[in-house]
Amino acid sequence: MSKTEHGAAINRGNRPLSPHLQVYKPQITSVMSVFHRITGVGNSIGAILIAWWFIAAASGPGPFGFINGFLTSWFGHLLLLGFTFSVCYHLCNGIRHLLWDAGYNFELSAVRTSGLVALAAAGLMGVGLLIVGWLN
Amino acid sequence: MGMKTSRAQVRGLGSAKSGTDHWWTQRISAISLALLAPFFFITFAIALGKPWDEAVVLYKYPFNAIIAALFILAVFHHINLGLQVVIEDYIHAPALRTGMLIGLKLLCGLLGFAAAFSIAMIAFSV
Repeated sequence: MSKTEHGAAINRGNRPLSPHLQVYKPQITSVMSVFHRITGVGNSIGAILIAWWFIAAASGPGPFGFINGFLTSWFGHLLLLGFTFSVCYHLCNGIRHLLWDAGYNFELSAVRTSGLVALAAAGLMGVGLLIVGWLN
Repeated sequence: MGMKTSRAQVRGLGSAKSGTDHWWTQRISAISLALLAPFFFITFAIALGKPWDEAVVLYKYPFNAIIAALFILAVFHHINLGLQVVIEDYIHAPALRTGMLIGLKLLCGLLGFAAAFSIAMIAFSV
């Protein structure tokens, strides 16, 4: 269709649109891809806290006490718990992405298996890091 | 315009011819982060929650300080490249997109430099 007399609305007809994400049944391939991006954005916020921690540590006990108090509060612990698994997930799934970039791991069965392996590795790594943090 | 040949009109259009650099740099920063992350996060998990004097002592060891500084620089480089793609994917208003991209690059440069400089300060202080 074309422009109206005023050149405003254009009737494009009832043509099919490109399929949106919500049309598809969630699968391990797509869900893990979406979570790679979400954890990447989340980890960026965590990196700001890490930078803050180092800048505060170099500035002295006063500024350090503030960020340390925040991170050791219940809310800080909740954040650190989330960041721990977010970082471990992004790291393990990132290695999976690097394998694809190198030309491996393209069979559908291999994609599913490596996804489960990455999830399990991320979980173990996260728990391990939390234990190290708790013991020290 | 009308004087130009068809070929002259399209010359220079097409791909920006600079995407490969972004792609490669993101993979290389990813590889370096995968190598540095285990060392960085084990030390950082030990340091987190400790009082100031005990936490600072950990980063007076050259190994810990060097790993931490390298990790911080690689991480903000990786964030710069990664969030750039996210902004380009979802922010379509040209002014807002350009503004956010500039802000992202300034913030990554600032935080990366400030944190790495701070680690050096801790390591060099007696």
